Amino acid sequence: MINWANFVSQCFNGLVLGALLALISSGLTIIYGTLGVLNLAHGAMFMLGGYAGWVAYSLTGSFFLAIVAGSLFVMLVGVVMERAVIRHFYSRPPEDQLLVTFGLGIVFVEGVRFFFGSLSKAVPPPPMLVGITPIGFMFYPTYRLALLGIVAAALIALYVALYRTRIGMIVRAGIEDSVMVGSLGIDVYKVFMLVFGIGAMAAGFAGIVNAPVVSLAPDVGESILVQTFVVVVIGGVGSFPGAVLGGLIAGEIISITSMFNPGYAYVMLFVAMTLVLVIRPYGLLGAAGRE
Amino acid sequence: MNATIGMLKQRPFLVEALMAAGLIAAPFVLPYLGFTPSTLNRILVWGLFGIGFDILFGFTGLLSFGQSAFFGSGGMVVAYLLTVLNFPHVLAAMAIGTIAAAAIGFLVGLIALRRTGIYFAMITVAIAEVFFFVEFNPLSDYTGGENGLPGVPTPDLFLGFTTIHFNTDQLLYAFLAFWFFIGMVIGLRIVRSPVGAVLSAIRDNPLRAAAVGHNIHSYKLTAFVIAAAYAGFAGGLLGLMQGFMPPDAFMFDTSGQLVMQTAIGGAGTLFGPLVGATVWLYLSDFLQNVLHLGAAWKLILGIVFVLLVCFLRRGIVGGLADLARLAAGKAKPGEAAGRGTVAPAPSIATEDGPAIIQLTPSPRRPKPIDGGETILKAEGLTKRFGGLVANDGINFSVRRGELRGVIGPNGAGKSTFFKMLTCEMAPSEGRILFEGRDITGLGVTRVCQLGLTKSYQVNQLFTRLTVRENVTVAALAEKRGAFRLDPLRSLASVEGLAQRVEETLRAVNLSGRADLPVSELAYGEKRRLEIGLALAAAPSLLLLDEPLAGMSPRERVETVKLLKAISKGRTMIVIDHDMDAIFELAERITVLQEGRVLVEGAPEEIKGDVAVQEAYLGGVAAE
Repeated sequence: MINWANFVSQCFNGLVLGALLALISSGLTIIYGTLGVLNLAHGAMFMLGGYAGWVAYSLTGSFFLAIVAGSLFVMLVGVVMERAVIRHFYSRPPEDQLLVTFGLGIVFVEGVRFFFGSLSKAVPPPPMLVGITPIGFMFYPTYRLALLGIVAAALIALYVALYRTRIGMIVRAGIEDSVMVGSLGIDVYKVFMLVFGIGAMAAGFAGIVNAPVVSLAPDVGESILVQTFVVVVIGGVGSFPGAVLGGLIAGEIISITSMFNPGYAYVMLFVAMTLVLVIRPYGLLGAAGRE
Repeated sequence: MNATIGMLKQRPFLVEALMAAGLIAAPFVLPYLGFTPSTLNRILVWGLFGIGFDILFGFTGLLSFGQSAFFGSGGMVVAYLLTVLNFPHVLAAMAIGTIAAAAIGFLVGLIALRRTGIYFAMITVAIAEVFFFVEFNPLSDYTGGENGLPGVPTPDLFLGFTTIHFNTDQLLYAFLAFWFFIGMVIGLRIVRSPVGAVLSAIRDNPLRAAAVGHNIHSYKLTAFVIAAAYAGFAGGLLGLMQGFMPPDAFMFDTSGQLVMQTAIGGAGTLFGPLVGATVWLYLSDFLQNVLHLGAAWKLILGIVFVLLVCFLRRGIVGGLADLARLAAGKAKPGEAAGRGTVAPAPSIATEDGPAIIQLTPSPRRPKPIDGGETILKAEGLTKRFGGLVANDGINFSVRRGELRGVIGPNGAGKSTFFKMLTCEMAPSEGRILFEGRDITGLGVTRVCQLGLTKSYQVNQLFTRLTVRENVTVAALAEKRGAFRLDPLRSLASVEGLAQRVEETLRAVNLSGRADLPVSELAYGEKRRLEIGLALAAAPSLLLLDEPLAGMSPRERVETVKLLKAISKGRTMIVIDHDMDAIFELAERITVLQEGRVLVEGAPEEIKGDVAVQEAYLGGVAAE
């Protein structure tokens, strides 16, 4: 029999995971939409955010500073990566872009392994968020509850940045047609650099805020990357609302399936992805021609 | 690579002989460089795994990050048969494992190939991850979960009078080298077959490969299944080699390592993965065992990989081929006549007038349903893009043997009209009859197979192939049909192919340039090749979308002659902005304006028509 309290708490877990996936996927999808580059190092960005935050946390003892430092560090990595490497790949075939970002991802993961070792690092939640909170008929870890709020706030911030600012308008126009944006006299390369930085930061931010839930390891980004792909395929490439919807769907599927048998979580995720591919090949909220 | 292929044609078994010599010499030479026998064996398994992957990635252009699924599945099936079930025949188990992997590849391919490009890459990653989790959890009773399947027996071979047990590293090398050799011979045959030619065309320009009449989805699926079969076979060998089938064969790292080895060695060369595996496995041994770098070996290999992708685009084998071509290039007459020197183009027309170019379609093509006068008939053809009506109820018919011109100001809907006629685009309303058949919504591939095709306004060529290979791909679609599974057949054995290719090359006056890569052609030559691609399909109705666009005056004169020559015994519809050319060529002219037929008639009538003058000159004539 299903334990209903357990079920509700799993749904909550799914919501938290889903919001997290939504944030990471929006980073991936706005980079792809604007620059046309699928960043296979995106999972490594998630991991880097966690480690950078962990370093800042151990140095300062402030979780807030850890979030800021982790996010800014990954944004910097993203900007440098775009300027130094990705920029030279815009005119090369998409396969080369996949290869180079895949290679960079390995370099990041192995670099972290080299400096910090393979053993996982535990990141404790900030003292005020330790413990469990009673909500109605069940108890729920306080930090996870807070995490839902933090990630939701980040998603809203990203939404505001994308839909309520001039720069956001340029980025959205770039997703539709970056050549046209360029010919309007806007320096697309600056926009590209900024978008890559923001997209990477979304993953890095997720990496540090998620670190107290799962411990840090160099390869923590790998499974996140795979889940992000499923989210993007379900939601539709280049669509911010699609990433949010896809993220929530994927998060719930993983959590609810795990309640019965964790071994089938990926199978169900894959079934959902296949269904979407058959019924709506361009994703739930995607548009044709963004490939 | 073109130089390599040229060499292959002259000495057909040279590559195979060199490979056999190399495989025999390797165990005697490479240990002096620090290769251990087990490293050599692993290189062969990865090299074999890579042959299939290279056919998928290097030749078809599909970058899969999910090959671990087939490598692991094939290996697990073989190991399960040989250990749990005590199945006695190693080779039969290998065959079953390979078939199982191919079957899984077929099913996965059906899903993954619904999309292309980065979607394809993402879907393959996701699917491979599913296999990893299924192996570890739901199927762990069969696969041993995280322990894998130990106790896989070494292979043996019963020769009637004695049995060879491949139970040492050296004997195992012989066993693996034999299968690598077989795998490479088959791989080379596939690449040189008609299927291989179509796969390369799909890599270069999938849109055009479909437009000349190939069912590209089936061909992509074929490449995917071939890659899965190679992966499954190599996975089986992995278990035999190690005496143990490891579960990490299913890991994402396995797919990643394969991709990196192939890119390091050079994709699109078949030998690239072997070279890449040699570099990768040697360096990993060297960094770990000699330099004692521990876990840092992968960091270093990662950096090497990124640098190679940045600076040596075609990998080690590709780089060596470029070097060889650079060294040999100066001596080659074909290259010398390439860039810069403008060879005087021989005139197409003889003094007796244009030669008649007759390319008879093969008997496979369906006969016209009604053999009547009208070859093409469009009724009420309408296309709306949201609120914009690009074509509005166009009625249009063309007689067999006619040369029709279609003109109209910019934005009149000419290109949209053509796209609907060739079924690149489905009309919002109306229908199209070709030789009495309703072809509305049939799709560009099937319409081309029926004998209706188009040359494009913007060149759509197979850019990495030579001129001859381009024409060959187009001719193959007509000679073999939309899809045919003959991956082991040689191109030379396709009946009538060579003749069709030569005729087409002569028709578009490119015989002298046949073995140049497309990238070395002048613009006018590329335009002629564009027409040649359409012509090679021996269409009974040929549509030409602005064939003269962007040409110099001299090239125009030549091309008009060419069009006259190919129009003999063929029906053609030509769109162009060059009025003089259209009035000279066409027997009848249709004028489109704002998505409607404005007027239709003989050139003389059109010239004198007030409405046409008004459309072009903006009402001046009417005043």
